[in-house]
Amino acid sequence: MDMKSIYLTIVLLPLLGALIAGLTCRVIPRALAHWITISSVALSCGLSLYVGKLFLLDHQEVFNQTIYTWMVVDGLHLQVGFLVDTLTAVMISVVTFVSLMVHIYTIGYMSHDEGYQRFFSYIALFTFAMLMLVMSNNFLQLFFGWEAVGLVSYLLIGFYVKRESAIFANMKAFIVNRVGDFGFILGIAAVAMYFGSLDYVEVFNKAPQLSDTSLSIMGDGSWSVLTVICILLFVGAMGKSAQVPLHVWLPDSMEGPTPISALIHAATMVTAGIFMVARMSPLYELSPTALSFVLIIGATTAFFMGLIGIVQNDIKRVIAYSTLSQLGYMVVALGVSAYAAGIFHLMTHAFFKALLFLAAGSVIIGMHHDQDIRNMGNIRKYMPITYVTFLIGTLALIGFPGFAGFFSKDAIISAVHASSLAGSGYAYWMVLAGVFVTALYSFRLFFIVFHGKERMDDHTREHLKESPWVVTLPLILLAIPSIFIGALAIEPLLFGPLFEGVIKVLPQHDVLETLREEFHGIGAFVLHGMMEPPFWLAMGGLFTAWFVYMKKPQMSEDIKQRLLPLYNILDNKYGFDDFNQKLFAGGSRALGSLLWKGGDVVLIDGLAVNGSAKSIGWFSSILRHIQTGYLYHYAMVMIVALLALLFWFV
Amino acid sequence: MSFDHTMLYLTAPEITLALLASAVLLLDSFLKPSQRVLTYIATLLSLLIVFMVTFATHVDSSLMAFDGQYIRDPMSDVLKLSLFVLMAFVFVYAKDDLRRRGSERGEFYALGLFALLGMMIMISAASFLSLYLGLELLALCLYALVAFQRNSASGSEAAMKYFVLGALASGLLLYGISMVYGATGQLGFAAIAERLQQGQVDAVVMSFGLVFVVLGLAFKLGAVPFHMWVPDVYQGAPTSVTALIGSAPKVAAFAMAMRILVDALPSMQEQWQLMLIILAVLSLAVGNIVAIAQTNIKRMLAYSTISHVGFILLGLIAGTTVGYASAMFYALVYALTALGGFGLLMFISRQGFDAENLHDLKGLNERSPWYALMMMLVLFSMAGVPPTVGFFAKLAVLDAIIRVDLLWLAITAVIFSVIGAFYYLRVIKMMYFDKAECSEPLQASTDTRFALSLNGLAMIGLGIMPSALMSVCASVFA
Repeated sequence: MDMKSIYLTIVLLPLLGALIAGLTCRVIPRALAHWITISSVALSCGLSLYVGKLFLLDHQEVFNQTIYTWMVVDGLHLQVGFLVDTLTAVMISVVTFVSLMVHIYTIGYMSHDEGYQRFFSYIALFTFAMLMLVMSNNFLQLFFGWEAVGLVSYLLIGFYVKRESAIFANMKAFIVNRVGDFGFILGIAAVAMYFGSLDYVEVFNKAPQLSDTSLSIMGDGSWSVLTVICILLFVGAMGKSAQVPLHVWLPDSMEGPTPISALIHAATMVTAGIFMVARMSPLYELSPTALSFVLIIGATTAFFMGLIGIVQNDIKRVIAYSTLSQLGYMVVALGVSAYAAGIFHLMTHAFFKALLFLAAGSVIIGMHHDQDIRNMGNIRKYMPITYVTFLIGTLALIGFPGFAGFFSKDAIISAVHASSLAGSGYAYWMVLAGVFVTALYSFRLFFIVFHGKERMDDHTREHLKESPWVVTLPLILLAIPSIFIGALAIEPLLFGPLFEGVIKVLPQHDVLETLREEFHGIGAFVLHGMMEPPFWLAMGGLFTAWFVYMKKPQMSEDIKQRLLPLYNILDNKYGFDDFNQKLFAGGSRALGSLLWKGGDVVLIDGLAVNGSAKSIGWFSSILRHIQTGYLYHYAMVMIVALLALLFWFV
Repeated sequence: MSFDHTMLYLTAPEITLALLASAVLLLDSFLKPSQRVLTYIATLLSLLIVFMVTFATHVDSSLMAFDGQYIRDPMSDVLKLSLFVLMAFVFVYAKDDLRRRGSERGEFYALGLFALLGMMIMISAASFLSLYLGLELLALCLYALVAFQRNSASGSEAAMKYFVLGALASGLLLYGISMVYGATGQLGFAAIAERLQQGQVDAVVMSFGLVFVVLGLAFKLGAVPFHMWVPDVYQGAPTSVTALIGSAPKVAAFAMAMRILVDALPSMQEQWQLMLIILAVLSLAVGNIVAIAQTNIKRMLAYSTISHVGFILLGLIAGTTVGYASAMFYALVYALTALGGFGLLMFISRQGFDAENLHDLKGLNERSPWYALMMMLVLFSMAGVPPTVGFFAKLAVLDAIIRVDLLWLAITAVIFSVIGAFYYLRVIKMMYFDKAECSEPLQASTDTRFALSLNGLAMIGLGIMPSALMSVCASVFA
C-alpha cells in the first residue's frame, strides 16, 4: 500500500463508520454500532501509529499532494489535499489514540443511553473531521475541518436534546465559535487576497516578500498585512481553543456526555487552535506584534482561568477550567515561538486530561450521574483503579517531576523565561503563579473526591463500585502515556531535528535553543527541575490543598467568608457570562427585535412584500375585467392595438 | 414547375402523414365504437412511422422543394420530431379524457393528425403561400376540435369566438402579406429578403405590411394585446383539446416567427424587434398579473401561457443565434411542461366532473403523492425553479438578451416571473397543505400513468442535464 492510500484510509475509515452508524442508527443493534465505529477507528489508529513511527523513527519523507480539485475560481484552486509531516504525524497519532480510548470507554459510559448509536456515529464523525483538519495542506480544507469539528462539538454538547441547559450550552458554544470563526475566515480571505493561493507551501514561501506590505484598516493607521492575517487567524484559534475572552463556551460544554468532554473539549478539538498556529509558524514568526498578542492572551487565560477552578464544585467543571488554563500554557508557548513546546504540551495534555476526564466520568458513573463534589468523598475505597489513575492524571497535570506534564510545562516556563518578546515578563509571572494554582485546584478536587468523609447518601453508597472493564481499560491505557510520554518525547520533540522544515523559528526568537544548550539528559532535567521555583510552587499548592481541605476542612469556609468579594468575583467567572448575556445577547436581541418589528414587519413585510402583493392583487382584479367575454370587445381590442402599432411604426 | 424525386424525398414526412391521417380517418369509419382503441393505436403508430421517416430522411443543410415553396433544414427536422413526441403525449392523455366524456370519436385523432400536418407545413414553409396554407389547415382543425363536445355550450361559444377572431386575424395577416407582395413582388421568404437587401423597396408599404404580419403572428402565439381568445378557448374547450392547443401549436408559431422575421425580413430587424419588445412586455405583465386573479385553473394556465409567450418573444428579440436557440429551447420546454400540467388536470378529473377550479387540486398529496409530486415538478418548471428545466429555459433566454445589452428587459422579465411564481406556488400549497375536498381514488389507464410520470420526470431530468437539448437547439442555428 502506498502512502497516499494509507493517508486516505486513515481519514476515510472513521467517516465510513460514522456514516454507517449514523444513517442506520434507528435500525442497527447497539453492539453493531459500536463494533463498526470502534473497528474503523481502531484501524485508523493503527495506521496512524504506523505513520507516526515512520516519521518519528524512520524519517519518512514529507507527503504533500492534492487529492481532488473541487474547483478553480479566478485562478484560486480549491482543493482537497494532504500535507503529512512530523507535526501531522504527532497529531494524528494522538487524535486517533485518544479517540479510540474514548470509543471503548463509551460502551460503558453510555450503556443505558437511548442515543447510543447516534453517539458513536458522532464521535467517529468527529475523528474524521479532526483528521481532515490536521492533515490538510491548504486553508480551505483547514476551514472545512475547523467547522466540521465545531459542528460535531455543537451536536454533542446538545446531545441530551431534552435538557434545557444542554441546549443553552450548545447554542452558546455555537455562537461564541461564530465570533472566532468570523475572524478566522477573514484571515483566510486575507490570505487568499494577498497571496493569491490557499496552499500552505505556496503561502509560506511567499510570506517573507509580504513582510513589508501594509494596509490601512480604519483611518490612517497602517498595519502590517502579516500581523493582520496572524491576529485574525488567531481570533479563530481563540474561539476554538477557548482563550479569554472567547473561553466562555468551554465550561458550559460540560453539559455534553463525559466521553466527549474528554475527547473533544480537552484532548483534541480545543487544541486545533494550537495546532493551527504551530502550522502557521512561518507566518507568525514574521509578526512580533501578533506573537505578543498571542502571548498575552495565553498568559491571561493560563492564570485567571485556573483561579476559577478553585471555587467550582462540579467535578467536570473543575477539570474544564483546568483545561482552559492548560490551553493558556500552550498558547503562551506559541507566543514565545516555542511552537515545539506548545505541541509537546498539547500531546502530554491530551493524554493526562483525557485520563482525568474519563476517570471523572468513571466516578460519575459510580455516583449515578451526580457530579457535585460536595456529595462525594473517600471514593478511593470503592474505586481503586479509578483512584490510582486519577492520581496519575493529577500528578501529570500539576507537573510532578517525572510525569508527562512536568516535562512539557517546565519546558514552556523555561522558554518564557528565556524570551525577550514584549509581554514575556508578564507572561512569566502568570505561568509561574499558574503552577501554584494548578496544584491547588487539582489536589483540592482530588482530596475532596477521593479522601475525607463520605458525604454521599446511603443509597448511592450501597451501589458504589468500580466501573466495568470497558471503562477502566482506557484509564489504564491512558495512564501509561501520562507517566512516560514526557520523558520519552522531550528529547526528539524539543531538541531533536524532528520539526526542522516543519516549524519555522527565526534565530532571534529561538528560545528553545537556550534550553537545548542547558539540556543534559532526562535525569539532569528532572533534578534541575526540582530546584526550580515551579516545583516548589507546585508542592506549595499541593500542601495548601492538603492543609485546607484535609487537615482543617472548616478553614476553607473561613477563607471563603473572609475573602467573600474575591470569592464572588471568581464564582461569577469575572462576570464574562453576565456581560455577554446582558450586552451581546441582550443587545442583539434588542436590535433584532427592533429590526424585526420595525424593519421586517412594517417595512419589508408590510410595505414591500405584502404591500406590493396587495397592489398587484388589486391591479389584477382590475385588469381581469378587460376580459369581458364579449366577442366584439375582443375584436375591438385587436383593431385598436393594430391602429396603435400602425401609428407608431408607419 | 420541374419535378424530380428529391422533392418527394424532402417532403416525405408531410406526404407520409397526409396518407396516414387519411388512413386513420378511413379506418375509423369502419370500426364499431367499442373498437375505438384501434384508432388510438393506429394514431400512435402513425406518429411513430412519421417520426422514423423524418428521422431517416433528416438533412444537414437547408434544401428547397416545389419552387421555393417548401424548405427542409435542421431546424424544421428538430421541431417536427419534437412535435411528434408532443402529439403522442396529447393523444395518450386525451384518450382517457374523451372516454370519460363519452365523446371518444375517431375524428379527434384524425383532426389531431391533420392539425399536426398543418403545423409541419408551417414549419417547413418557405413562402407566404405555403405558410398560410399550413396555418389555415391547423386553425380549421383547431376550430373543429374546440367545438368537439357538441352539446357543451361553453365549448361552442369558445369555438365561435376562436373562429371569428381567427378569421379576423387571418384577414389582417393576408392583408399584410399582400402589402409585402406589393412592395417586393415576391412571396418566397428568401426572395423577399434578397429584394429588401437590394433596396428600392417602398419603406412605408413595407412597414405597413410588417405591422399586419406581426399582428397575425402575435394572434397565433397569443401575445398581448392579441391574446383575448386564449383564456376563453382554454377554458371552454375540453381539457384534451386545450392540451393540444396549449402545446404543439406554440412550437409551430415559433417556427412561423422564425420564417417570417428572420428568413424573410432580417433587414427590418430594428422595427420588428421594437414591436416584439412591446408585445413581450405586455404579455409578461398581463399574463402574470391577471393569472393571480383566476380561480379556474385552465384559465390560470391560459394566462400563464401568455406570460411564457412573452419569454419566447424575448429570445427572438435578442436577434442573435443564441437568442433563437434559447427561444426554441423555451418553446419546446414550455410545450412539454404545459402538456404535463393539462395531462395531470385530466388525470384528476372524473366521470361527470372536470377538474377546473383551483380547489379541485386541494390535498392532492393525500390522494396521490406521486402525481402530486409530478404536478409540483411541472409547476416548479413553469415558475422557473431550479433544478427543473424551466429554470434553464428562462436562464438561457435571459442570458441571450443580456448579451445584447437589453438588461432592463431582463430585469422586467424577472420581476414579472417573481409575481408569476406566486400563483404556481399557491397551487403547490393547495396540493400539499390543504385538506382534500374529495377522497375518491384517482383512476387512469397504465399508458396515461406512464406518460404522466415520464412527463413529470422529464422536468427534472432535462433540468439536471439541460445541455443535451440545449446543444441540439444551438446546433440548428449554427
